[in-house]
Order: sequence, then structure tokens, then C-alpha cells
Amino acid sequence: MQTAKTVTVGTMESSDIMITLKPNASGITIDLDSNVKKQFGAHITALMTEVLQKLGINDIAVEAVDKGALDCTIKARTIAAAYRLQGKTDYDWEALNSWNV
Amino acid sequence: MERLRRTMMFVPGANPAMLRDAVLYGADSVMFDLEDAVSLKEKDTARVLVYSALKTFDYSSVETVVRVNALDAGGKQDIEAMVLGGINVIRLPKTETAQDIIDVDAVITAVEAKYDIPAGTTHMMAAIESAEGVLNAREIAKASDRMIGIALGAEDYVTSQKTRRYPDGAELSFARNYILHSARAAGIAAIDTVYSDVDNEEGLRHETELIKQLGFDGKSVINPRQIPVINGIYAPTVKEVQKAQEVMAGIREAEAKGSGVIAVNGQMVDKPIVERAERVLALAKATNMEVD
Repeated sequence: MQTAKTVTVGTMESSDIMITLKPNASGITIDLDSNVKKQFGAHITALMTEVLQKLGINDIAVEAVDKGALDCTIKARTIAAAYRLQGKTDYDWEALNSWNV
Repeated sequence: MERLRRTMMFVPGANPAMLRDAVLYGADSVMFDLEDAVSLKEKDTARVLVYSALKTFDYSSVETVVRVNALDAGGKQDIEAMVLGGINVIRLPKTETAQDIIDVDAVITAVEAKYDIPAGTTHMMAAIESAEGVLNAREIAKASDRMIGIALGAEDYVTSQKTRRYPDGAELSFARNYILHSARAAGIAAIDTVYSDVDNEEGLRHETELIKQLGFDGKSVINPRQIPVINGIYAPTVKEVQKAQEVMAGIREAEAKGSGVIAVNGQMVDKPIVERAERVLALAKATNMEVD
């Protein structure tokens, strides 16, 4: 799904991650800024990619500023960003609950 | 033995660090806030953050409570996400009538049925924050089998009464006593309001001693620093613990002998004394006092 919208969720506070989604012509690109990029960069990128794909977003440019967020926070912020991007306010909790992410 | 609720700590639902650390401060209950602590434009993100936290962190050492939004302001989604996340208690703010509780109960019931969660798993509590709510407290407390407690929310209440908070708490006297009576008549917990002046430990002590004397189970807490102060005031004295242990030993001895009437140190022990002794010992254990 392609969109012209840009959305941002999250904060720059410790243990959080700020995620901005911008239109992208083809594929998912992720620009990650994190103090733990060396150790966890690949993991964080893979997690965000998986969540976006599960929500049907395959063409998007992601800018993420990580302040030491745990997986559950990265996942929650990515889900919220994806829903906002798609303009949906009613979450499919049943589907989210069935994920093993 | 019913659960202790000396301290119920507010945790803003939009703050990942606090969601992670919530269990560390020694509160008996943690209350994730999706309502007033979350700005209108962040309701969606806070809801999914708390859901994700519930699915991830081990909160089993505390009771988890969530303050949801009104049903017409995102509350239905809050309830679906929280029940699915495994929350222990849904706390409804600004409860005015028994019907408010019945309406929320119906939403919880539908969600439990949708996800094959055993009916009644999710408990409820109500915050009472207005004159109308106080006067209806008795019906509110009994409005659902899910109800485990009612709480006074004093800031909105004093505003509705055209007054403000005073150090001696006289302005809350009727509301506290009526809410407490309503809770006790329904057999559920009574939780006092927050003490907002975080830097005033003496004021917090004074207020906690007052509500403990009245009979409240505990207080809502807005800062972790308040927890040891409140838990300390609820801690029994060594003398109280010894007396409770003597009562329980007397009960065991009488049971062994098949005796119906019990006396400990010359004083007759009946059901209310045993119940008080059990509560003293539970409080002692929760305060890490050594109890046999």
C-alpha cells in the first residue's frame, strides 16, 4: 500500500523510540539512529519490518530514533504508526493478539 | 484472605520506562492510566503501549489495574485491548450511577466471550468523583459481581462541591465515610484519593493515618516516593503482630481440642477479632515483618 502521508509516533525520552513513516516508492527502507545500533540494529530493523509487513505496509521509508526501547515498545510504536498512516482508528486486536512477534 | 491494596500507583500509559519499572516500587496495585494522564492525540499509542507491556512484562507480583476512558471516548477499545492483555481490573473514572458500571460490565462480558476468556475473569472498580457519584456509591458498589472496590477521586469532587482540598480534609469527610460504608456494605475495597502535594511527606502521613483510622484499604499514589510512607503507616506494630499470633494460636489450639469458645489471655475471641488478627498478619507479611 502506498500513501502520501507522513506520521510520527513516540518520544525522545529514555526507553522510547520515535518512529516517522514517510512515503517510499518501493520497499521498506529504515534509517535507524540508536546508541545500541551495533548490538541491536539488525534486530530492531527486522522487528519493525515484520510488524509493518503484517499490517500490509510494504512501501515505506522509516526514520527511527531509538532511546533504548525494548521490543514491546518498538512493536507498539510501529503498530501505532502503521495504523495512523492507514488512517485507521479501530485496531484489529484479534489479529494483533494472534501474532507471535 | 482478601488482597491487600494499601497503595495503588498511577502509571501514565504513554510512558514506556514507567510501564517497564512499575513493579519495582512496592505498590500493591499498579494502575495504568489511559485517561487523564494521556493527551487526546496519544490515546491510540498509549493503548497499544500498555497492551504490549501487559503481554511482555511479568506483573504477577502486583495487581494490575487500568483507568480507561469513558465508553463514548475510546473506552470500548481500551477495554478490548486491556482484557485481551490480561489486565486484572478495569477502573472506570467519573462513575455517577450504577448504570455506568452495568454498561462497562456488558462491554467486558462481550470481550471475554469473544476471546474465550472465562466469564468474570476481569474485575472492575469505580472512581467516584462527583456529588452524584458519592450519593449513588451504594448502588455503584453493588452494580456488578466484578466489582472489587470503589475509590474517591477528590480533585474533581471538591471542585463539584465548590471547595478545594484543605489540610484537615474536612471537605472530604462525608464522601470518604459514605464511600467507605458503601464499599463495606458491598463487601469490597475502599481506596482513598491521591495526595497531590508530592513534596509534603508530613501532609501525606497525616492524611494516611486519618484514612487508615477510618478503615480504608489504602490510597491511590501518584509518585513512587509516597509508597513506603503509606505502606509504613499500614504496617502493624510488633505488639499488634504478637497479639494477632496469640489469637491465631488460640484458634488452632481450640480447633485441635474441638472446643467452640476460645479465650486468649483471658479475653474471649470471636469472629471479628479473628478477622482483625488475619488482616494484621497479612499486613505484617506484606511489610516483610517476620511472621510464623
